[in-house]
Amino acid sequence: MGLEQKLGNTGVVTTTLENAVNWSRTNSMWPMLFGLACCAIEMMAAQAANYDMSRFGMELMRASPRQSDLMIVAGRVSQKMAPVLRNLYDQMPDPKWVIAMGDCAACGGVYNNYAVLQGVDEVVPVDIYVAGCPPRPEGLINGVVALHNKIKGEQFAKWK
Amino acid sequence: MREIQEFTLDELKHLFSPKALTGETMVLNMGPQHPSTHGVLRLILELDGEIVLNCVPDIGYLHTGIEKNMEGKTYQKAEVLTDRMDYMYTMGNNLVYCLAVEKLTELKSPARADAIRVILLELSRLQSHLLWIGTSALDLGAMSVFLYAMREREMILDVFELVSGQRMMTTFIRPGGLWRDVPVEFEAAVKKIVEVFPKRIDSYEALLTKNPIFMDRTKGIGKIDTKTALAWDVTGPTLRATGLAHDIRKANPYCGYEQYDFDIPTQTTGDVYGRYQVRVEEMRQSVRIVEQALNKLPYGPVRDNNPKFVPPPRSEIGVSMEALIHHFKLWTEGFIPPVGSVYCTIESPRGEMGLFLESDGSPKPYRAHYRTPSVPLLQIMPILSKGCFVADLIGIIGSIDIVLGDTDR
Repeated sequence: MGLEQKLGNTGVVTTTLENAVNWSRTNSMWPMLFGLACCAIEMMAAQAANYDMSRFGMELMRASPRQSDLMIVAGRVSQKMAPVLRNLYDQMPDPKWVIAMGDCAACGGVYNNYAVLQGVDEVVPVDIYVAGCPPRPEGLINGVVALHNKIKGEQFAKWK
Repeated sequence: MREIQEFTLDELKHLFSPKALTGETMVLNMGPQHPSTHGVLRLILELDGEIVLNCVPDIGYLHTGIEKNMEGKTYQKAEVLTDRMDYMYTMGNNLVYCLAVEKLTELKSPARADAIRVILLELSRLQSHLLWIGTSALDLGAMSVFLYAMREREMILDVFELVSGQRMMTTFIRPGGLWRDVPVEFEAAVKKIVEVFPKRIDSYEALLTKNPIFMDRTKGIGKIDTKTALAWDVTGPTLRATGLAHDIRKANPYCGYEQYDFDIPTQTTGDVYGRYQVRVEEMRQSVRIVEQALNKLPYGPVRDNNPKFVPPPRSEIGVSMEALIHHFKLWTEGFIPPVGSVYCTIESPRGEMGLFLESDGSPKPYRAHYRTPSVPLLQIMPILSKGCFVADLIGIIGSIDIVLGDTDR
């Protein structure tokens, strides 16, 4: 595992609580199984054998928002879908994160019209934007790694 | 923040039997976020215990306004939007648009372009069916088929990336031919697919076709007969599984499909298992078509050379004044087809996909309307699911292979 070398002679590791909690949060992230449009297909490809997101502790996609802590908004969000999306976000337990996957979720993409929300950040707070139409699975994995790095730096309070 | 829309039973009561109001039956909401609805489909079910009495599909959660947006763009730019409708058959969306524009103007696609189009279209059909077999088997509890199917799908997406630089939204087929000729590695990559696929399809069949659990979950479920299917305008594998061998590729060939030798697989059962058998056989036929097209791939240009509609090659722009003018006109104003309206159809993996395109003599389409195969497939959901168990409903949704981007546009 490589962990044994870090244990030393006494078997005691010192770290901050923040580090330990953030480390566990990054490596056991449960994304919500929630696809909207074209990007959802690439999200499935990222989960499948060739790209295998379980390397990053994300193989467990939960269909229920109450069991998940990451929402990957994969695809265009229509005006009719927006309230549903917010409802799903509200049902997720804290701490929770959002990845806006693809141009449509990030900014409306090629659709500047009456039907499509111009960026999912109008209804939910977004942590990571992944560009591309649709992004390659590697692009999504890069977004996930960027989110992990962000979480690793999170502070629980302002320490003096 | 928008208000969250909530329906009361009173507003929906016209959709259900009076029993729902007295509490004898239960109204259950399924979707739009549900792992087995293959997108953002919402089904409102009326249940008597485990039995589905009524099923009302609620569509529009992915309405994107693509048809309206196309009216505001020139003919070249509007094509980019068509990719994103039926996102499992992007090449086909491009093709039906290009066929309509070609019918409207005097453009003609050369023989090499037609052959490459056929190869790419059949590969698109293969990748659509691969995702279908993966996800619908996953819904019924067979996980490994999904992983195998996605592995093979990557081979096809690699070919798309090779020719166009994009995995899914290629916009590779253009009015009058193709965007550019395929690179030299193309033939070897497609040949590899042709060699590998028959064995791989056998391996999916080994996992599913005689699997007693899969047969129990699919045989006799979601039945429909030819007459009802035709009355509801159902096309594609769902219609062919009822016994009618109707395929646009044979009935009204395009892109030179008449040159290729292939069969239209049919079944007479009209149930979920029949649709599964038809699609698996279609995958084999697609490989056959790709092989034939690859073996007699002609050489020559891949795009019509009419300078009024097709941009000149980069090499000419530097030396020819006329080429420069044509290039400038095409990318600023766009091309102007004659006044008129056309309707074109192709066979998508889900059925007949048509485009009605009307030109008013301006560089932008006056109206583009798609006839997509997923809408009738959703309309027959109440017929297919009446009297079945809720668990069987999952198999039925998977078997009709809807794409919500195709339904809502």
